[in-house]
Amino acid sequence: MEIVRPQSHRNLFSPNDAVSVPTIPLYRSAPPLEVRLEDFESFAIDRLRILKGISDGMSRGKKPDEMEKLVKESWKVHMRHQHASEVLNKDIISHFVLRLVYCRTEDLRKWFLSMECALFRHRFRFLTTEAQRAIMDEFDLTCKAVSNVEFENIKEKLGQVARSMGQPSPTVDTIFYKVPFEEVPELVAGRKVFISQGYAYVAMNQVVSLVATLFRSQLSKTLILTNRKWTASIRDHEKHRLTPIVEALSSSYLGPDFSQPREYAEISLKDIDQVAKTSFPLCMRHLFDKLKEDHHLKHGGRMQLGLFLKGVGLNLDDALAFWRAEFSKKIGLEKFEKEYSYNIRHNYGKEGKRTDYTPYSCQKVISSTPGAGDQHGCPYRQFSEENLRAALSRMGVNSRAMEDVMDKVRNRHYQLACTLTFEALHGVTCDAGINHPNQYFSDSQKILQPKVD
Amino acid sequence: MIPQQESEFDIGYLKPYYGKLFPYADMFKWMSYGHDGKHPGCDQSYFGRREFSYTLKGDFYLRFQSFNSALELENSIKEKCPLKIDIGPVYTVDPAKRHAYAQGDNKVFTPVERELIFDIDMTDYDDVRYCCKGADVCLDCWPLMTIAIKVIDASLRDDFGFKHILWVYSGRRGVHCWVCDGKARRLTNEQRASIADYFRVYKGNENSHKKVSLMGAALHPFLATSYTNVLKDYFEKILLTNQNLLATEERYEKILSMIPDESIASELRGRWQDNNRRSSSAKENINVVRWEQCKQLLQSGKHKAQGLRRCVEEIVFFFTYPRLDMEVSKHMNHLLKAPFCVHPKTGRVCVPIDPNRCDEFDPTTVPTLFQLLEELNNEGLRADVNGEWSGTSLGSAVTLFRSSFLEPLLKACKEEIERSYSLKLQQSKNSIGCSSKR
Repeated sequence: MEIVRPQSHRNLFSPNDAVSVPTIPLYRSAPPLEVRLEDFESFAIDRLRILKGISDGMSRGKKPDEMEKLVKESWKVHMRHQHASEVLNKDIISHFVLRLVYCRTEDLRKWFLSMECALFRHRFRFLTTEAQRAIMDEFDLTCKAVSNVEFENIKEKLGQVARSMGQPSPTVDTIFYKVPFEEVPELVAGRKVFISQGYAYVAMNQVVSLVATLFRSQLSKTLILTNRKWTASIRDHEKHRLTPIVEALSSSYLGPDFSQPREYAEISLKDIDQVAKTSFPLCMRHLFDKLKEDHHLKHGGRMQLGLFLKGVGLNLDDALAFWRAEFSKKIGLEKFEKEYSYNIRHNYGKEGKRTDYTPYSCQKVISSTPGAGDQHGCPYRQFSEENLRAALSRMGVNSRAMEDVMDKVRNRHYQLACTLTFEALHGVTCDAGINHPNQYFSDSQKILQPKVD
Repeated sequence: MIPQQESEFDIGYLKPYYGKLFPYADMFKWMSYGHDGKHPGCDQSYFGRREFSYTLKGDFYLRFQSFNSALELENSIKEKCPLKIDIGPVYTVDPAKRHAYAQGDNKVFTPVERELIFDIDMTDYDDVRYCCKGADVCLDCWPLMTIAIKVIDASLRDDFGFKHILWVYSGRRGVHCWVCDGKARRLTNEQRASIADYFRVYKGNENSHKKVSLMGAALHPFLATSYTNVLKDYFEKILLTNQNLLATEERYEKILSMIPDESIASELRGRWQDNNRRSSSAKENINVVRWEQCKQLLQSGKHKAQGLRRCVEEIVFFFTYPRLDMEVSKHMNHLLKAPFCVHPKTGRVCVPIDPNRCDEFDPTTVPTLFQLLEELNNEGLRADVNGEWSGTSLGSAVTLFRSSFLEPLLKACKEEIERSYSLKLQQSKNSIGCSSKR
């Protein structure tokens, strides 16, 4: 962000507007504000707390209304400022600082983008219809309302869509917007809109999705531009002032990513069966067992288990030997070498674009959508109750703990269910909760072999 | 089962195929999307930025091949004689020179255009067909592919508004779909994923209960249309009896397990076990009789419960609805086998399928490499402006490719190039006008 003289500061956002009609800035260009270095950092940390809260809420599988409440409260707490008129400035400044922090790698950008969009989405819902309209105007949307004549023609289809989502059929008063289907990928993916000849018909109460998509694509583009500016000039320019702050901010709050196995020595191939039994979380245990049983896993499963094993400390040669031993039983050695070994080397950054891929976090595992024949994903979320009970008792969860776990599952607290499983099997409490399959593993190993170096 | 040519064919047969039959000019025309013309709006670099990839004998992969002309493409294929040719995306720069542009983290080398593609493979249907398994297909299970073509093709056209759609037999056990409209080629990964998800009704897998879950008081118009126009008829008139879906205890139990109401399931079980013992009249097909009973009970006035009414549809969807390989469609940089390749296991050519007449398509009569070469020998060398294929059974396939796909596509491409060029001219004129006023 540019740090310049404060001359235009007051008339940029008229304080009346900022206080009386709460709105959301679209962060289209960095504001010409002067920012104190302390504020630069502390505002950013405050916003980061909100985004982190959203991220945690999502990975715990919170329902939309719970998320709504969470965002509202978190925003109130962290965006507070002694001068009400400064809240809007704090909002803008903190966003632009974090944009700088999170523009630097693809993973960071992805995380920031999805959290900012979730935040935007929830804030948009709190707005008055008037304020919503104002934002829609900024995106040039109001002109795309469907006329009465057109509405009559497709009324039946629109009703079908509404009823398929358990909502009442729309009336003439319901406003629909006709937009190219590409602008509402989320509504298309969920079959939540009627689509005809390339156009999606978006109801007023779905508009948030349309606006959020436009917001997202705008932010996504500017993040890439910011990154270019950052690497081209800002980084060196601010080497002694902003750069250290910016670089520290992203890593201190994302938590460990388990891309490098640590604390324990590398695990060797001969131990793997043993540790799979004692220290793998259910999602990996299931994949591991399925692999041993079928001598095959589909792509999603190979990725989820393969990267986990890498995080656990299986080196590339052992990983190749491990997968080869199973796959070759079914498809033969030659086919394995030809079709699968590339992918394994790829995961270890030895092929293709040579990125060292990081193991999947719980959030990523939970949000995956396994299809027919797939074994990956979070069992607490994917399994039927029957299958989950069977799997848990095979792991050794007793019947009392089982009910607690199932209770969490019913409320869609998958990570808490996994945490309870961990506690039941290890006989200790796990206050931090399980956020990453590799964390489950390393916590388990810490308990089971505390004295090994 | 496809009877002949199950063994790997001799690579020697491929040489004459690539030498005389492979339609290079058509492939080049297609992949150029009008940019090979003389119009000033043409982007001459377009074809050269497309990735081709070869699988050579000995399982040797050659990725990131690119060509600047039809002749270069032809010479390369003739020289390398690949067992399989895959087509990748169009990149920002010539993929052969990608290393020169790859400096650090800046993504100069990145895909910018790619057809929207779908891959439907019979192996994903193994839990709903009893005639064959894995890589085998026969005329009893092929209707599953016909259904997939009909459902997806109709939605791509009517819902998404696409016009230039090519369906191709994959050479063995499935079909590929290429959506080639300009708008489709420029979709982002997220937009591709949204279309793939729009088509997805299967949630979960063998670990969870329901494989198809249709919620709500109504079906989404797309699903409702697919059900009434395609799925229902194919299920009741073809698959039910072709696959003997209700003929044995093991099979009907599978369907009963999809009924959430235990009392109905056991009532049906009772009746069916009963008429197993009584030899049922030979007149009526047992599958049809049982399905009628099942439907009647689930939809009768007694069981108005929403979940049960949906259940009939869920069963039909489970046994008929297209199963897409989602990953192929979701990312721009996925490779897909080029049409007119020869499948190395079956020797069959990957020929286009006319979606309007897809029920007539028979995978077991698709021309094989062996057959084509024999025809070529019998015909002798006959000079022909249209290429050698016109004297062989490949002729109708190439004709279909041209008339139903390539010609309308190129016409649209030309119009688009002209339109965007005159728009650009207009814009630059306007900006000149503005600056001169100042």
